[in-house]
Amino acid sequence: MTAISAAPPRTRAAGYWIAFAMVVGLLLVAPLVLPPFWQRFATEILIWGLLAMSSDILIGYTGMVSFGHSAFFGLGMYGAAAALLTVKPPSLSLALIYGLVAAGGAAVFVAYFATRLREIYFAISTLVFSQIFYVIIFTWTEVTGGENGLTFGQPRLSILGLWSDRFTPTTFHWFVLAVVVVSYLVVRRITQSPFGMVLQSIRENEPRTRAIGYPVERYKIVAVMLSGLFAGLAGVLYALQNKFAAPDFVFFVVSGEVVIFNVMGGMGTLVGPFAGAAFFLLLRESLSRLPYLAEYYLIPVGIIFIIMIIFLPQGLLGFLRRRLNA
Amino acid sequence: MDQILVQTLHGLVNGMVLAMVASGLTLIFGIMDIVNFAHGDLLMLGAFVGASVVGVTGNYWLALLVAAVVIAILGALLQITTLRPLIGRDPLTTILATFGVSLVIQKYALWQWGPSVRRINEPVPGDFTLFHLQYPWYRIATAVLAGLIITGLWLFLKYGKYGIWIRATTQDRVMAQAMGIPVPLVYTGVFAIGSAMAAASGVLFGPFAGVTQTMGFDFTLRAFIVVVVGGMGNLAGSILASIFVSLLESYAAIVVSPAQAVIVSFVVLVLTMLFRPTGLFVPTPK
Repeated sequence: MTAISAAPPRTRAAGYWIAFAMVVGLLLVAPLVLPPFWQRFATEILIWGLLAMSSDILIGYTGMVSFGHSAFFGLGMYGAAAALLTVKPPSLSLALIYGLVAAGGAAVFVAYFATRLREIYFAISTLVFSQIFYVIIFTWTEVTGGENGLTFGQPRLSILGLWSDRFTPTTFHWFVLAVVVVSYLVVRRITQSPFGMVLQSIRENEPRTRAIGYPVERYKIVAVMLSGLFAGLAGVLYALQNKFAAPDFVFFVVSGEVVIFNVMGGMGTLVGPFAGAAFFLLLRESLSRLPYLAEYYLIPVGIIFIIMIIFLPQGLLGFLRRRLNA
Repeated sequence: MDQILVQTLHGLVNGMVLAMVASGLTLIFGIMDIVNFAHGDLLMLGAFVGASVVGVTGNYWLALLVAAVVIAILGALLQITTLRPLIGRDPLTTILATFGVSLVIQKYALWQWGPSVRRINEPVPGDFTLFHLQYPWYRIATAVLAGLIITGLWLFLKYGKYGIWIRATTQDRVMAQAMGIPVPLVYTGVFAIGSAMAAASGVLFGPFAGVTQTMGFDFTLRAFIVVVVGGMGNLAGSILASIFVSLLESYAAIVVSPAQAVIVSFVVLVLTMLFRPTGLFVPTPK
């Protein structure tokens, strides 16, 4: 601890960026060397990691546990579906815009009500809101396809109309990687900005932050909205990968997994949620291949989760927290 | 008109079962400051234990008792192994831990009993005619029994020696400890009682719609809603709120499908949080 803070800030930052470049480099070459199954797996980790990172803005930096991120994720999916089904020819940028608008709209709605409550009450109210969206999507069959969801085709990958091509798994991986890296850098910048500092001060001591004169509620609303937008972005990516939107992804289970990713990987690190998603998905993959276990992989995973909460509350990357936020 | 009366009866019966679930949850919350995410899953597990006992012995009342005792023991073990180490930590960690417990219980139930619906036979036979409809007696019996159990809990808290221990711990944990009350034991006991209440309500609810491994989440959510609407940690408030919300849902089911009627309780929750965050059925705090 003292050793870390004794190191000059510049070398610490340099070490951080070198590590960052290495990880991004590895992820860039990943689709070229991995077999198709693991290639798809890597893309999925990035998408779920992005969703978990969006939730980290609330859990790790503002001190609010959201159990409703499935709503933003799911609305991102359905927003993308709406764009891809109604506009011909399907356009990637419109899918992104529609998805972000849907998720952002839901986030404004949830934020307005839920941020009036603190701690446990906030967690419950986000859960209840996500269930409202779930019930609406599940029962409004004419528009959302109800239980069956919606299927659609993948749009072409086009960047500013300059160049256009069909998505291959490899280019899709790179596309996701680009979105994730940019999102990560943006969120990292936000958490280090004066705005992010206020969020962290809310986490540490809300009454004092209020007493200093910050409009805490407004900061929380913006935090929830930001978080919802990035969750929606993850939803759009997931919809593009799988070419469908289904009510299952609006259901509470997804929100629960997001919280698990955060706790396992390390809250308040932004990178931790990615590590948590990778850890969880790898665990699931390897456990579900064992005989007898298959779909019951959540029993051992749940037990590992509980043990981690008790003995490793900082998560896998918690020991790096200070460096990752430097 | 007669439809409204039938739905009123329906809402009251559902409300009593929900009140029993919520009173366990609110007891645990009020005393230990723990939001038990696994409450509905303990209920589900209790219902399965009950269904198994009914399957073997055919005796419903024995099943009710066995389920309550088994789940109470399980609850005590859970509290000792997962929640006791978290005392003094951020209250949010207890939500996460009980959420983990909920996952494990759910998948365990799926593994043990499979995804199909189990039926528990009606303990009280017979119907009575209510307008155009045959209304089964056991539903009435269930509501009355739930009422009796809740009253029993209330009397125990009010006059029982251990009930007084529990209330003392709620008011001031440190002072209670100084007076010689074994606070850790009280915590474990309260969690066990709450779990037993959940299990018993699971067995009571069993004959209504059968027992499935996914019923837990639904109950957790509904119990949360009524506990917040009634004022967190307030026993009488959550009972009134259970009945209130169930009645509203029943009336809504006249107009829309039951799946959509759930939204009514969500709306009640949102309105409560907006205009009266301390709860609908508690006196205004000074």
